[in-house]
Amino acid sequence: MSFEYAPAPESTAIVKIKPTYGLFINGVFVDGEKSFSTINPATEAHLADITEASAADVDRAVRAARVAFGSWSKMRGADRAKYLYRIARIIQERSRELAVLESMNNGKPIRESRDVDVPLVAAHFFHYAGWADKLDYAGLGANPEPLGVAGQIIPWNFPLLMLAWKIAPALAAGNTVVLKPAETTPLTALLFAEICQQADLPAGVVNIVTGAGETGRALVNHPDINKVAFTGSTEVGRYIAQAVAGTNKKVTLELGGKAANIVFDDAAIDQAIEGIVNGIFFNQGHVCCAGSRLLVQESIAETVLGLLYERMKNLRIGDPMDKNTDVGAINSAAQLAKIRELSDAGEAEGADRWSAPCTLPEKGFWFPPTVFTNVSQVHRIAREEVFGPVLSVLTFRTPDEAVEKANNSPYGLSAGIWTEKGSRILEMSSRLRAGVIWANTFNKFDATSPFGGYKESGYGREGGRQGLEPYLKAASK
Amino acid sequence: MSEHIEVRRTAKLFIGGAFPRSESGRTYEVKSPEGKFIANAAQGSRKDARDAVTAARAIQPKWAGATAYNRGQILYRIAEMMEGRRAQFIDEVSPWAKSAKKAEAEVDEAIDRWIWFAGWSDKIAMVVGSSNPVAGPFFNFSVPEPTGVVAAIAPNRPSLLGLVDTIAPIIVSGNTTVVIASQDAPMAAVTLGEVLATSDLPGGVINILTGSYVEVAPWLASHMDVNAIDLSGVDDEKIAAELEKASAENLKRCLRPGTELDGLTRIKNWLELKTVWHPRGF
Repeated sequence: MSFEYAPAPESTAIVKIKPTYGLFINGVFVDGEKSFSTINPATEAHLADITEASAADVDRAVRAARVAFGSWSKMRGADRAKYLYRIARIIQERSRELAVLESMNNGKPIRESRDVDVPLVAAHFFHYAGWADKLDYAGLGANPEPLGVAGQIIPWNFPLLMLAWKIAPALAAGNTVVLKPAETTPLTALLFAEICQQADLPAGVVNIVTGAGETGRALVNHPDINKVAFTGSTEVGRYIAQAVAGTNKKVTLELGGKAANIVFDDAAIDQAIEGIVNGIFFNQGHVCCAGSRLLVQESIAETVLGLLYERMKNLRIGDPMDKNTDVGAINSAAQLAKIRELSDAGEAEGADRWSAPCTLPEKGFWFPPTVFTNVSQVHRIAREEVFGPVLSVLTFRTPDEAVEKANNSPYGLSAGIWTEKGSRILEMSSRLRAGVIWANTFNKFDATSPFGGYKESGYGREGGRQGLEPYLKAASK
Repeated sequence: MSEHIEVRRTAKLFIGGAFPRSESGRTYEVKSPEGKFIANAAQGSRKDARDAVTAARAIQPKWAGATAYNRGQILYRIAEMMEGRRAQFIDEVSPWAKSAKKAEAEVDEAIDRWIWFAGWSDKIAMVVGSSNPVAGPFFNFSVPEPTGVVAAIAPNRPSLLGLVDTIAPIIVSGNTTVVIASQDAPMAAVTLGEVLATSDLPGGVINILTGSYVEVAPWLASHMDVNAIDLSGVDDEKIAAELEKASAENLKRCLRPGTELDGLTRIKNWLELKTVWHPRGF
C-alpha cells in the first residue's frame, strides 16, 4: 500500500513580518542597541532582525511592570477579566495568522500549530479570564493577593502556548509581567504584543524582552521582581533555583522529562501504536513530556515493534507549511547537533538504531524519526532528554518491573499507560512518580488541567485552579 | 526506707524506629537558660543524617500507601500517647517557658495540633485535588501525592510546638521526614521520639536528630535522595541562603524561614499534584 499525497501548502501571505522588531516595554515597541537574526528552521531563510535586550532594557521593562502593577492589581477582577477575554477573542480572530507565523519561526507542522497550539492558547486566556473575579475560590482563602512583578522565561518548543500558560494566570491574579521568549522563536510573542495593543491592555501590564541567556539572567536576577516562572531545561532550572536562594522571589519551574510510555500485553494495540507515535514524534519530539522511553511488555515486543516500524514508514516528514506534514523541522542547528550527538552515543553504547526511510529536505534542520532497540537503562539515550524524534525501547515482564524502570529517572514529568484493564490503570497511575499520567492516550493538554512535574522535572503547576496558586499569596493579616 | 534515687534517661537519637546514640560518639551539654545542667544530648553527625534518610526512604512507599484513614488514626494515636506524658513534656519545656502556665499551654497546644492534623489526612485530596472539565472527549482528575522524603530544621523555640508544627504537616499526607530538633532545648524532642515509638507509627517515618543544624543541615540540603527541605527553623539568613542553594542541586522543594503559613498551606508545601487522563467513548 502506498500513500501518495499532493502537497497542500498553507499560504504564508497572511502574515506580515516586519524587517525589525524592538522590545515591547510599557505598551510600545522601543529600539535597543544590539540585534540578532531570527530564521525559519525549515529553510534557514532570514525572517526578521530581533532586538537583544540588555540589562538596562530589562530594568526599564521591570520598572514599567512595577508602575503598572499599582493600578492593575487594584483594578476590579471583573475588569481585568474583560481585558483577558478580549485577548482570548483576538487570538481566535487572528488564529490563522498566529499558526502560520508559529510554524514559520518554529518549524512545527501547520497541522499542529493550527489544531493544537493556537486553540489551546485562546482556551488558556479564556479560562483564566474567568478566574480574575473569582480568586476567593483559588484555594488560598478570601481576598488573596498578587505577588507583584513576574519575570517569565519560556522555551522554543511551544512558543505561544508557553506564553499563554505564563501570562494568562499571572494577569488574572493581578500580577504584571516581563516575559522573555526563547532566542530562536520570538515572533509570535511579538505578535502577541500587538494583540495587547489591540486589546488596549494598560501599558506596562505585559512587557516582552527578546534575547538569549544573558537577557534571561538579567531578568531572573533583577532585584525588583517577585516571581520567576520558567519552562526549559533542568540545567537552567537549577541555575534559577540557585540564583533566587536567599531572596523572597517565588519560583515555579517546568523542566525536562524522560517519560516512560508503558504498553501492556492486553493493550488495544492499534491505539497504542498511534499513542507511541504521537508520544514521541508530536512536535518533532521537542516536548518536555514526550514519551521518549517505550516500555513494552516482553511477550508483545516483537509485534509492537513491527507495527511501529510500519506506521513510521508512513509518517510524512518535510515542509511544515504543508497541511499533510506529520513531522516538521528541528528548531535550530544547535538542537540538531544535540540530537545527533545523543543518537551517536546510543549507537556507540551498543543500542541498535532504526530510522524511518524518508527523504529530508536539503535546506533547514532535519532529523528522521528514529527508534533505538536493545537499549539498557544505563545508556545515555535511556537517561538523558534528547528533545528530538528519538525513541528508546526497553522491555519488561511484570507490572512491578515496569514501575521500577519507569521511575528509574531523576525526572518525573509524565508517563503513559496502555492497557484495557481499569484496575491496572489506577494502580499504575498511583505508583508512577510523575505529574501527568496519560492512560490510553498521550500528549493531551487542556486549560483546566494542571500540568507540571515531580522530582527534577520542576515544581509548581500550570493550568486549572491549581495553576493560579503560584501567582497568589494569602491575604496579609 | 531509703530515698529513691532518680533513674535518669539517656537522651538518644530516634532513627528508623530505634534509639541509637550518635555514631560519632559525641554528646553536648543541654543547659537551662540559667545555665543549669540538664542532660547530655546526642550530637548528631553527617552519618546519622544519612542513616536517617535511608530509613525515611525505605519506609516512605509503605507510609504513603497506607490508607488516609489509617494515617489519621496513627496521628491521633500520637496525641493519645502525648497526653499520657503531659507532665513530663511540661517539665521539659518549662526551663525555656516564661511561666508554668505558658509551658502547659505549649504542651496542650502541641497535643491538640496532632489531632487537628490527624483530621486532615482524608480531606486533603478533596480540598487540594480536582476533577477537571476537559474541552474534549477525555476525563481527568488531579490528586495530591506526598513529595517523598522531607528534611526539616525545627525552630529553636517553642521547642515542642515548633517541632510538632513542622513534622505533623509533613507526614500526614504520606511523606517521611528527617528533622533536626531545637538545639538549645532538645529534651521534649527526645521524649516525642519515645512517644512516636509507641504510637503505631512505622519506624523511619519520623527520624529525630539532635545537635547542631549548622553542622548537619548542609548534608541534608545536598542529599540527592531528599525531595524537599523545610528551613523554617534556620535563624541565620546567610546559612538559610546557603542551604537553599545547596538544595537546588536536585531541585528540592524548599520552604524558606520566616514564611507565614496557615495549617493547610503547611501541608500543601509537601505535596505534588498528579493529573491522570483517560479518553471517554464506547
